This record gives sequence, C-alpha cells and structure tokens, in this order.
Amino acid sequence: MSSAAIPDLPAKTPAKIDWNLPSRGRVGMFSLIAAESAIFTIFVVAYIFYIGKSASGPQPKDVLELPVFISICLLSSSLTIHLAVRALRRLEPAGFKFWWIVTLILGTIFLVGTGREWHHLIYDRGLTVSTNLFGTTYYSLVGLHAFHVTAGLIAILTVAILALIGKVEFEYHEKLDVFSLYWHFVDVVWVIVFTVVYIVGR
Amino acid sequence: MASETIALNEIAAGYRTIGERLHGWVTTVDHKRLGIMYIIYALMMLVIGGIEATIMRIQLMVPHNNFVSPEVFNRMFTMHGTTMIFFVAMPLVFGFGTYLIPLMVGARDMAFPRLNALSFWFTAFGGLLLYFSFIGGTGLYGAGNAPDVGWFAYAPLTAKVFSQGHSTDFWSLALLVSGFGSIGTAVNFITTIISMRCPGMTLGKMPLLAWLNLVMAGLVILAVSPLTAAQIMLSIDRYLGGHFFDTQAGGSAVLWMHFFWIFGHPEVYVLVIPCFAFASEIIPVFSRKPIFGYPVMVAATVAIGFISMSVWAHHMFAVGMTSYGNTFFTVTTMIISVPTGIKIFNWIGTMWGGKIQFKAPMLFCIAFLFQFLIAGLTGIMLSASPFNWQLTGSYFVVAHFHYVIVGAILVTIFGAFYYWFPKMTGRMYNETLAQWHFWLFVIGFHLTFDFMHVPGMLGMPRRIYTYEPGRGWEIWNLIVSVGAVVQGIAILIFVFNLLWSMFKGEPAGNDPWDAWTLEWSTSSPPPDYNFATIPVVQSRRPLWDLKHPEDPDWKYE
Repeated sequence: MSSAAIPDLPAKTPAKIDWNLPSRGRVGMFSLIAAESAIFTIFVVAYIFYIGKSASGPQPKDVLELPVFISICLLSSSLTIHLAVRALRRLEPAGFKFWWIVTLILGTIFLVGTGREWHHLIYDRGLTVSTNLFGTTYYSLVGLHAFHVTAGLIAILTVAILALIGKVEFEYHEKLDVFSLYWHFVDVVWVIVFTVVYIVGR
Repeated sequence: MASETIALNEIAAGYRTIGERLHGWVTTVDHKRLGIMYIIYALMMLVIGGIEATIMRIQLMVPHNNFVSPEVFNRMFTMHGTTMIFFVAMPLVFGFGTYLIPLMVGARDMAFPRLNALSFWFTAFGGLLLYFSFIGGTGLYGAGNAPDVGWFAYAPLTAKVFSQGHSTDFWSLALLVSGFGSIGTAVNFITTIISMRCPGMTLGKMPLLAWLNLVMAGLVILAVSPLTAAQIMLSIDRYLGGHFFDTQAGGSAVLWMHFFWIFGHPEVYVLVIPCFAFASEIIPVFSRKPIFGYPVMVAATVAIGFISMSVWAHHMFAVGMTSYGNTFFTVTTMIISVPTGIKIFNWIGTMWGGKIQFKAPMLFCIAFLFQFLIAGLTGIMLSASPFNWQLTGSYFVVAHFHYVIVGAILVTIFGAFYYWFPKMTGRMYNETLAQWHFWLFVIGFHLTFDFMHVPGMLGMPRRIYTYEPGRGWEIWNLIVSVGAVVQGIAILIFVFNLLWSMFKGEPAGNDPWDAWTLEWSTSSPPPDYNFATIPVVQSRRPLWDLKHPEDPDWKYE
C-alpha cells in the first residue's frame, strides 16, 4: 500500500518493437495435453505390461469385439468440430451450429457405444474391475478415456446450448479453437487405446 | 491532491475488519498474494514436519529408547517425508515462482490467475487431507491412524489386507489432489513465461529464474502426471478391488516402484532447479558481476531436465534388474552430474574476480555450492550399482538425500527468503539475526548430516525405530540428534526474524540490493498491477541499462 512513485522503465525504445507471443490459450492447452499424455502413457504401459498375465479368465480374445462403428463416429467428430470452428471464424453461424451439434451427436454415440459394450461385458460375460488383471487394466484405461470424452461432451453440450440461444459469436472462435485441440487429443488417444486394447492385446 | 486521495484511501483501507481482510485473501487471484500464501502455508508445514523429525531423532538418540512406539515411529517417518516433499518443498518453490515470475518477465499477473488460485487451494486442501488422517484414518475398521507405509508407499504394504482403515487412502488422495494443483501451476508457469513476457524480452534475454522455472514446469508436467496416474491405480486397487499391484492375482509390486520413481527422481530436479534459479539471481548481484555463461546455464538446465527423466531406476538396483538395466541407470545417473557440474563452475566463475558482499542471501548460496557438491559426490557413489547394493536402504542414503534436500534446496530457499523479503514486505530483515541463523543452521546441518553417513556405512538400516547397543552406532546417533536441535534453534531465529522484521524492520526501498531484474523496478511491496506501464527491455539486465545509460548491456549482448 505504498504511495511511493513507481518509476517507469525507459521508454526509449530504439524502434517500435514488433512483439508477438504465442496465444495463452494454445500454450496452456498444449501444456495440459502434455500432462494428460503422461497420465495416459502410464496407463497404456500398465495395460501392455499386463497383457496375458491374468491368473483367470475371461481373456480379451474371448470377450472383446472391435468397436468399429463408434470409433468411426469419434474420429469423424474431430473433422466436424474443425468445420464448426472454421464456420464460426468465417462468420457463418448456421454452419457453426450445424457442425457443432453433429459433433455433439457423434461424441454421444461413442459414449453410448462404450456404455453398451461395458454393459455386455459386465452382465453377459461377467467381467468387472475385480475379476482379473485384464478387467482391472481394461476398465481403467478405457474408462479414463471415456471420462475424458464425458468431460469434453459436457463442454460441447454447454457451448451447444449457448449457441442455440445465440450467445456464441465470432469473438469466441479462438477459445473454441483451443477447446477443439482438447477434442482432437481425445481422438488421438482413442487411436492408441484402440490399437493397444483391441488389436495388440487381443 | 493526488497524494491526499491516496492517503485517504489508505486510511479507509486500514479500517477494514479482519473478516474483510481474510475474505480478500481467500478470494484473491493476485499472484503476489497467492505466492505469499504458498510460502506461509509451507512454513507452517515446515514446522509440523520438523516436529515429526524431532520426534524421530529423540527416539533414536539412545539405543532401546521408548519415547514412541514402533507404530508411531512408522507414522512419523511417513508423514515427515510426505509433508516435507509435497507440502513444504513444492509449495515453497511454487510460492516463490508464483510471486516472482510475473514480476521478472514484466507481466501484471500470471497467464491464468483463477487457475493459479485453484492450484493453490488444491495444494492446501491436499495437505489438510493428509493431516485429517490422524482423525479420519481409523475409518470403519477401527484400524490405522496416520499413514505408515513410507513416503514411497511400496506395494504390497498399501494393499487393503496390510493397510486397513483409511490411512493409506488419505495419503493417496492427498497426493492426487496436490498433484492436480502442481500440474495446474506448471501449466500456468509455462504459459506465463512463453506468452506474457514484456516487449523486448526474447527467450535469450529472460532472467535465468524464468528460464529455470520453465524447465522445472516442464518436468512437473512429465513427472507429476505419472504419480497422479499411479495414485488413480492405487485407489482402483483399494476401492474397486483392482489388481494393479496385487501379486496374488498376477499384478506386480515392482511396477509400482517404477511408476513411483519415474515421478520420484525427476521430482528432486523439480525441487532443485528453482533453487539453481535463486542462486543464479543472488550470486551475480552479490558478486557485482553478470552471470557467467548464461547460454551454458540454460543449456545445462535443459540437459538436466532431459537426463533426469531416464535415471529413475537407480532407486531400484536392489530389486534385481538385468545387468543391462543396472548399467544403463548407472551410466545415466553419472552423466547427469556433468551438466550439474557445469553449473557449479558457472557460479564460481560468476564470483571469480567479483566484489563479493557477504550478506545473508549470498552466504546461503555459498553454503549451497559446497553442500550441493558433496551431495552430488555421494550421489555418484550411490549411482555405482555394486556400491548401491551394499548401502541401499541404509542411513548413508538418508544422509545423501537430506544433503540434497536440506543442504542444497532448503539452504538456497533461506537465501531466497532473505533476498526477496524486502520486496515482498517493503522492510529489511535484521542482518545480525540472519547471520546467526546462517551459522547455527550450517553448523547444525553438518553435525546432523555429515555424521549421519557413518552409521549408514556401519550398517544401520533406515526406518528402524530403535537399535541394540554395542554396534558402534550410539555416538553417531547422539551427534545427529544434537545437530537436529541446533538446526531447530536456527529455524526459530529465522521465523522470529521474519515476523519481527515484517512489522519493525527498516523500510527497504524499491531496490535495496542495487539489483538488475525487473522486480526491483517497482515499489516494495509491488502494487496490485505490478507495473504502472508495461516495461520494455533491451538486455538481460534492464535495471543496469537504466542505471548506467552510458554503458548499457545491450551494446554487448
């Protein structure tokens, strides 16, 4: 609370400095993605380390089926969210709303598909977290990914509601672009999880 | 007229009730206040962790002591380790980083002020969760109390059968929650340093403190996240009946070791790199010379950051890895001492030929140089896996890592306290008391941790709650305990000095050290907005340029 005069630094810049730094949102999101990647790496390592080490059944090859349809849905949602943000940047609110809601629907299909798969595994195949090592690692790795999808979908839903009542305008395109980085990351993680769980681990 | 208005505002500010002031601190998103809260929180935890250490040292002072029971002793070393690493050292370096980084890069706040507040409260409540275990750890089973599984909590000690009640859950949750806080802070540091620098401050003109904190934040992101993942797995094991670390069902106890030490070893560098940063700011100012070899310092730090990610299994030589594994981790551990040694030479090069002023901050930095060197040398000894097989899990290891954490990290943080105290409070500390603190602490430190190596080499294992007489350990343990008391007295002087000087110290002025970085260009303490106009810099030492317009740095850089 000092009232002492605050000295200014010299404003004797030789020439006007051209000063552009990377945007905060992008740098922050890339840092967060790096941290999330480290977390997923540990879970993937644990999954690979425990492949074939379950003391009892069921084994992956007995119960897992390739979730091709929902994977296509999730991966295409990366494209649609990109189209949505591009539409907003080009001042096309109708296009933005359309692609954004398509993204929401595709993401929801993926989540419902995962839920159906889990229901099938739990009630028809008797595989839970505590059944064997496969159950423990499978539910935690796929579950961690599904948790990230859920978090993303809540954000997408919030933006969708705001868009429908006309609150999302051009000025938000940068923030939504930053968010779309997260969504792309969730998709990339799914490619890895899919490869490890459904191809390598089966 | 303007000054009258300010004076009136100050009077009005003085009338705020305690409740209003407290509300201001709890709801703040100002990086300076959050930094100070981190520091105060860490100091309180330092006292608690110090009491736990004292209890252990009283118990071990003489053989066959019955000061505490074996169960309580186990809780004490677990809580001491966890508290000191996660709730003292981390909040201290984060606190100084939060306070200083925006000021030193010429910004008005962090990149994400609300995330900053969130991270602090995560850390704070993580610590509360840990200490709530004394009350809530008993749980429904009526077993357990505070966690007693050691600070690295090896499986299967943490399995539900061996750790009933909730004590281990509190430990795990505390680390999970404070880990989220750490990751949030790291994201904030990186973004602030990359995206908030004032005009003219290119990466090559940043203060070294900003550079080193950037590397530290990168390490937090890559190292704390695995710990977070491992804690999630542990919780799945304990709550949902998972088998990650359950050897009965094919799980692996060694996997937990790997996951913990992938975090655990880079963590040492997370703590020590900010201390390198403090030394790199303090030593030049008190040697009246610019830092020697700035680009090499940056390169060495980045090298340390990379290499530190590949040394973790030197904590696990006794587990029984292959000879290739042992060789790899021996070699990487020895390699990391190269960039570290480069840094030590650079600090000595900075002092060489300088007009050294032996004020308290500088004294602590010089002690840091000596002690960190010795800590590094015992580190190289332990990196040789055959030597390690002999001494792992002994007091030699305990002495080694306390040499790093107390002798290097804590001592440099003391130096940072004295150096930036005038900036944070606007008042000078008492130099006489600070010198007393320094000498007593250094003497106590060396009494404790020099002599602690000896019982280790004589075969005293760590974590034993008592020992037989006649093994030659008694005299060493007595000296170690006496040293702990001396250190305790020194820390009391330190705390008294801080409190007394905060209210009665001489006004410090804006720039008591005639220093060169941007935080000294604003008032002490800085206003809410830090800088009335955003500064423009042309060199690594903007205030030197300002004070010596006839011979500015930017002509030579």
